[in-house]
Amino acid sequence: MKILKVLIAAALMALQGQVAMAGEVNAAVAANFTEPMQMIVAEFQKETGHTVKLSFGSSGKFYSQIKEGAPFDIFLAADVKNPKLLQKEGLAVEGSDFIYALGKLVLWSAQPGLVDDQGHVLRKGKYNKIAYADPKLAPYGLAARETLEDMNLWNVLQNKLVTGESIAQTYQFIASGNAEIGFIALSQVTKDGKVSEGSYWLVPAQLYNPIRQGAVLLSNAKDNAAAKALLAYLKSDKAKAVIRSFGYGLP
Amino acid sequence: MNDLSPDDVQAVWLTLKLAGVTTLLLLLVATPLAWWLAFSTRWYRGIVAACVALPLVLPPSVLGFYLLLLMGPHGWVGELTQALHLGRLPFTFAGLVAGSVIFSLPFAVQPIQNAIEAVGMRPLEVAATLRANAWDRFVSVALPLARPGFLTAIILAFAHTVGEFGVVLMLGGNIQGETRVLSIAIYNHVEAVEYGAAHVLAGGMVLFSFLVLLALYLVGGKVRVGR
Repeated sequence: MKILKVLIAAALMALQGQVAMAGEVNAAVAANFTEPMQMIVAEFQKETGHTVKLSFGSSGKFYSQIKEGAPFDIFLAADVKNPKLLQKEGLAVEGSDFIYALGKLVLWSAQPGLVDDQGHVLRKGKYNKIAYADPKLAPYGLAARETLEDMNLWNVLQNKLVTGESIAQTYQFIASGNAEIGFIALSQVTKDGKVSEGSYWLVPAQLYNPIRQGAVLLSNAKDNAAAKALLAYLKSDKAKAVIRSFGYGLP
Repeated sequence: MNDLSPDDVQAVWLTLKLAGVTTLLLLLVATPLAWWLAFSTRWYRGIVAACVALPLVLPPSVLGFYLLLLMGPHGWVGELTQALHLGRLPFTFAGLVAGSVIFSLPFAVQPIQNAIEAVGMRPLEVAATLRANAWDRFVSVALPLARPGFLTAIILAFAHTVGEFGVVLMLGGNIQGETRVLSIAIYNHVEAVEYGAAHVLAGGMVLFSFLVLLALYLVGGKVRVGR
């Protein structure tokens, strides 16, 4: 009997130890942050032994999923509105939000030389379709709309616009050539600090409201040490270097 | 009743139009194909049958992805349509029709094929001995005998196209009045937490689907419907 008790106690301790040592984080991540997050998380997992499961999509979609009880621990949105809203509704931990990156909008084409560095292509260029993300769901889509409105092109281009449900799908429309040009996140086409293919126009920041990307700890995970560690890691110099290398600004 | 916005009404009409055009085209394509599959003894009959059934098992996202690439400027379908000055298919109503025809093909072919096989060669041979020509044999003998199969095919192809989502999402680009069909409109409403509008459309969809299946079982009680 005694031996059994010792065994059970040992097993319990081992289990507890494991929970404390190697936690698990379910992270909902805005599609534009896919690649930097994968790099950051790879390093984070190596350093801490925690396991991180990543889901990528549009911020609006994640907001409604979290509202319906999706089991995410942290949420890296493409805006600050959704994290704030979740806090107000008691679904995220009050005061845990911070801005982890400042997004930049580009007009991009998979064809070299199609997009000039002043964006004149929008008015004069030959193209059939211009892709952007659904402004209701994706902050980069909203920024694209603001940009076109600012340039008085929103109404003019109505019949050329095609809408991706996230900027990941928007990228896919442009990369496959089905839309010749489109608005996406600079980070999607940036590798090691420069745009690696196609042609692009970095949209001047004054044409759209700043894309402040907020992260937040969800109420699900208020006692999840691994989730907190990951959020803290996002503020580390190592993570910041990765974020910058993808063309984001930092607050 | 919740109010239906003009955009949603447009999505409903667009969906019905898509399903109608798709069903019509499918009948034209599926009938000879089903005929051939029913009677052919060629060695590659199995390969063709497998290809026709492929959309049953493939995820719509796979179909949508490859169609997007094929119909794109660098795909051979895209190069063909451009060479013919037809423009490109993605993000257009015609593109959705093309995708839907492929996606719903087995739903049209299989019931027709089953019905034709059930009728068999015999009545046609008898008609031939009575000097009915090929067209006459088809219209006056095969068609009436295989009628339940055709009805099943029409209902299934129509309903399946109405319910299509993945292919349309990947090919459509969500353009109002052109490619924003009902399933996409519902998806958008849900994503944007507009549950009221989503309920109206989604509830209507449930009712519609039920009525379609009911019609199916009333019309072709003996024809088996299976995936």
